[in-house]
Amino acid sequence: MRITCPHCGERDRREFYYQGDAVALARPAPDAGAQAWDDYLHNRDNPAGDTQDLWFHEAGCGAWIVVTRNTVTHAVADTKLAAMVKR
Amino acid sequence: MRLQAPENTVGFTFDGQRYRGVPGEPVAAALLAAGVRLVARSFKYHRPRGIMSAGSEEQNALVTVGRGAQAEPNVRATMLEVAEGLEVFSQNAWPSLKHDVMAVNDLASPFLGAGFYYKTFMWPKPFWEKLYEPVIRRAAGLGGLSGQPNKDRYEKAFAFCDLLIIGAGPAGLMAALTAGRAGADVILADEDTAMGGRLLREVEDIDGQPGADWAADAVAELAGMQNVRLMTRTTVTGAYDQGTFGALERVAGPRQARKPLECFWRIVAKHAILCAGALERPIAFPNNDRPGIMMAAAVRAYVNRWGVAPGKTVTVFGNHDDAHRTAHDLVAAGVKVAALIDSRDDVEIKADFPVYTGAQVIGTKGRHALESIAISHGGETREIRTDCLAMSGGWNPSVHLTCHMNRRPTWREEIASFVPTPEAVPGLMPAGACNGAFSTAACLQEGAAVAADLARDLGLKPKVTVPVADDGAYRITPLWAVPGKGRKWVDFQNDVHVKDIKLAAQENFCSVEHMKRYTTQGMAPDQGKSSNVLALAVLADATGRGISETGTTTFRPPFVPVSIASMGAGSQGKGFAPERLTTSHNASVARGAPMIEAGLWYRPSYFPRQGETHWRQSCDREVGHVRNAVGVCDVSTLGKIDIQGPDAAGLLDFVYTNMFSTLKVGRARYGLMLREDGHVMDDGTAARFGEQHFVMTTTTAAAGQVMRHLEFVLQVLRPDLDARIMSVTEQWAQFALAGPYSRTLLNTVLDDPIGGSDWPSMACGDVQVAGVTGRLFRISFSGEHAYELAVPARYGDSLFRLLVAQAESLGGGAYGMEALNVLRIEKGFITHAEIHGRTTAYDIGMERMISRKKDCIGQSAATRPGLVDQDRDQLVGLKAVGAVKQLTAGAFLFEQAAAPVRVNAQGYTTSVAYSPTLDAGLALGFLKRGRARHGEVIRMVDHLREIEAMVEVCDPVFFDPDGGRARG
Ligand SMILES: [Zn+2]
Repeated sequence: MRITCPHCGERDRREFYYQGDAVALARPAPDAGAQAWDDYLHNRDNPAGDTQDLWFHEAGCGAWIVVTRNTVTHAVADTKLAAMVKR
Repeated sequence: MRLQAPENTVGFTFDGQRYRGVPGEPVAAALLAAGVRLVARSFKYHRPRGIMSAGSEEQNALVTVGRGAQAEPNVRATMLEVAEGLEVFSQNAWPSLKHDVMAVNDLASPFLGAGFYYKTFMWPKPFWEKLYEPVIRRAAGLGGLSGQPNKDRYEKAFAFCDLLIIGAGPAGLMAALTAGRAGADVILADEDTAMGGRLLREVEDIDGQPGADWAADAVAELAGMQNVRLMTRTTVTGAYDQGTFGALERVAGPRQARKPLECFWRIVAKHAILCAGALERPIAFPNNDRPGIMMAAAVRAYVNRWGVAPGKTVTVFGNHDDAHRTAHDLVAAGVKVAALIDSRDDVEIKADFPVYTGAQVIGTKGRHALESIAISHGGETREIRTDCLAMSGGWNPSVHLTCHMNRRPTWREEIASFVPTPEAVPGLMPAGACNGAFSTAACLQEGAAVAADLARDLGLKPKVTVPVADDGAYRITPLWAVPGKGRKWVDFQNDVHVKDIKLAAQENFCSVEHMKRYTTQGMAPDQGKSSNVLALAVLADATGRGISETGTTTFRPPFVPVSIASMGAGSQGKGFAPERLTTSHNASVARGAPMIEAGLWYRPSYFPRQGETHWRQSCDREVGHVRNAVGVCDVSTLGKIDIQGPDAAGLLDFVYTNMFSTLKVGRARYGLMLREDGHVMDDGTAARFGEQHFVMTTTTAAAGQVMRHLEFVLQVLRPDLDARIMSVTEQWAQFALAGPYSRTLLNTVLDDPIGGSDWPSMACGDVQVAGVTGRLFRISFSGEHAYELAVPARYGDSLFRLLVAQAESLGGGAYGMEALNVLRIEKGFITHAEIHGRTTAYDIGMERMISRKKDCIGQSAATRPGLVDQDRDQLVGLKAVGAVKQLTAGAFLFEQAAAPVRVNAQGYTTSVAYSPTLDAGLALGFLKRGRARHGEVIRMVDHLREIEAMVEVCDPVFFDPDGGRARG
């Protein structure tokens, strides 16, 4: 699998650390309540299709990257710096 | 039999017998030249088998090469190159190929059909593991492994290109010429020793010259191009995501000193063209598996390319025009053709050998090799004496790689086979025979056209010129299974015959996937390369469906077996994980310290001294050094993160539960770090060297995780914080100086000695160490008056040696991990044994460290009722109070009277030590409501090691509870 780091270009996936769903970007306010925190921490979709997840270019520039990829075809549709993704 | 005497031969052995062969030719050719027919015993029935093909699809002639640790099993004799001294052995036969006792399986075959194992060995269950399976495995099988470490060298490598062309037959060569001439960065890979594919094996012309000559010219032209890489002996084994391909290169060919045996390549290509050609399929007629019965194209390959006649009197049996080539080539080479048998009625063939149209082979004879065949022709049966039968049931395009990403191929009626489904693998385009274009002209045309399209896609301007070649039509009338009695083999590698497939259908395993699993057809190393289409046709017939409705199984990587050794090349032994060594490593090893792994780091376990015979003696002494004099320990493996910027303090406030913005410059503070889910991630200290400058330490284990976490916070959660972080773990060598004499020791190395009150507990700052600027921290992980002194890593070795020598003169010395562990357990300090991912701040008694004056990671979740429930397991100290003093980590805790079973477990131990300071067995652990149970005596039970001990619950701080020693 190949991932395009917005800083470094296309690289082998072995350079990246996989974190999980990009839902982690949208941290609720401290007082958002139990349900919001439960959704943020634990509840995840399991789509057959496009998904967005977080990868860390650990053996590269150290950027956190949001990767949009298809769980069925493995196609990577898009990569963005997590810092640039609007929340 | 050789058609001409070869100029240059070398000696090799097969089953101990000496033979001669031409260097570089396949062992299969040399064996056929020597008249060796029987080369293997079949997988299940141990039937005599001979060489069947001339390529990597070989199902029968699997051999073992070499002996001892270097023995390589299941090598295809058709791909193995002859070399001087090569030792080749047959497999799956005992005591010999000719007299194989397990051939009794063949007589028992009526009982051993498909599903036999499933039906017979169901009951009783334990018998399967202990009796049936070992017996079956011994009887049925391929070559065995030596069980010894493999001494051969393997490599892995990476390559990148614009265009990967898989296969160098007419289509592949033409594609490479077209793209290469246009300037594309091309890799052309072929599994053969020479490029040319079928042009090396067939008698036909391209542009008026022999095909093999045209291929040689093309290869010479390609070899002269800077932008083209040619890879022979390289099988592309798999297609993976984003244009990545796996390929196995047989580097050494015949075993050569200093060269790796194989190299596993990962090739990343912007585009790829599959020019893998086609594989000939067998016809299922009774006893079609005797040695001497071969694929027709293989017979041509041995005759035309290797100058070897596989028989003296050859017959040919086929169902399409291509089969006739075989008879003509044999005649041209001077080999006697006994008959040409064509199953079609509507063909007219003129020849000076007997021709039977509308005829079929219905039986064969010959115990260890073919002697005669029986044919049915015009209602009559006729016997023909022959020692070699060349058969062809038609061609199957090699669609395999196009199936590797889960797409199935498409049935094409006019060629009675499957072709690739378009876009099956993104970026991979089929061309030539693998795409169903069987004539040489069509292959050249498709190769050029596809390559030109892709070159244009790369922004190049290709010119297309295609040479003139044979453009004969492929006329086939499908012939799958011939009627009649006797076993008609479909899958030679797995010993599956027509009746097995019919039985599967009869027992309602009608889906092709079920049939495959029921009969084992298409499994094992061969993956059904030659048998899948035939098996499918037989299943379709048995279930009364058409082939396209019956469906097809798919092909998975690898296309040919890939040795684990090549995929894991470089990852054996020390290559398995990189080693991280501290600057004190050599000095520690020189002192005889056994080094133990801590993640990738190596740390000294203890430093044995003369007369000490047990690690405990050394450990107890080292603990005594620290408690009574002074000890030195390398703590450089702890993660060190440099944090700078106007918001450096704000970052620490957000990632630690407690406040750091209030910390004064020149002071350090213990910090607790949570995960967002409220559980403890890590702990450590952060020291403030300036208003905008902190140095954070992490545990050795969590250094990487904390670094990722801080990056995530800065990049994503708190981009408003203006701070930068950098790991400086490798840049600083850091040593703990612990014990009552630690200041005395420190002053022996400092340029300006410090006084008693200069550096209070938790002070930090720069110091001069022999003219070098270092960092000094007054922190303690032992409970003693202690310092940590850091210097740039290049001075680490000399500082460690100096500190240890000075400590020894003060009655102390170096201490290792064992003593460090005892010291911290005596003080109740936690490590990742305690903060193992399921513990909260509340569990370890630090919930008051979660500041309410600010938001921090994990704060919201930490207050969830379940995480502060008073019934939770809480950190406690445990002291052995009964007869048994030995405590063990991972043991369970029970009330004294309770039965030691899971439902009664009230907690567990996490760290244990014998404390020489207190002369007691100590443990840290977690106990339900533990903080309220100090003084209670409970039972520790280690079911695994069968140890039981009575322990008293107490405060985790066993030694110096008010901390006066560290402060003083
Ligand atoms: Zn990067």
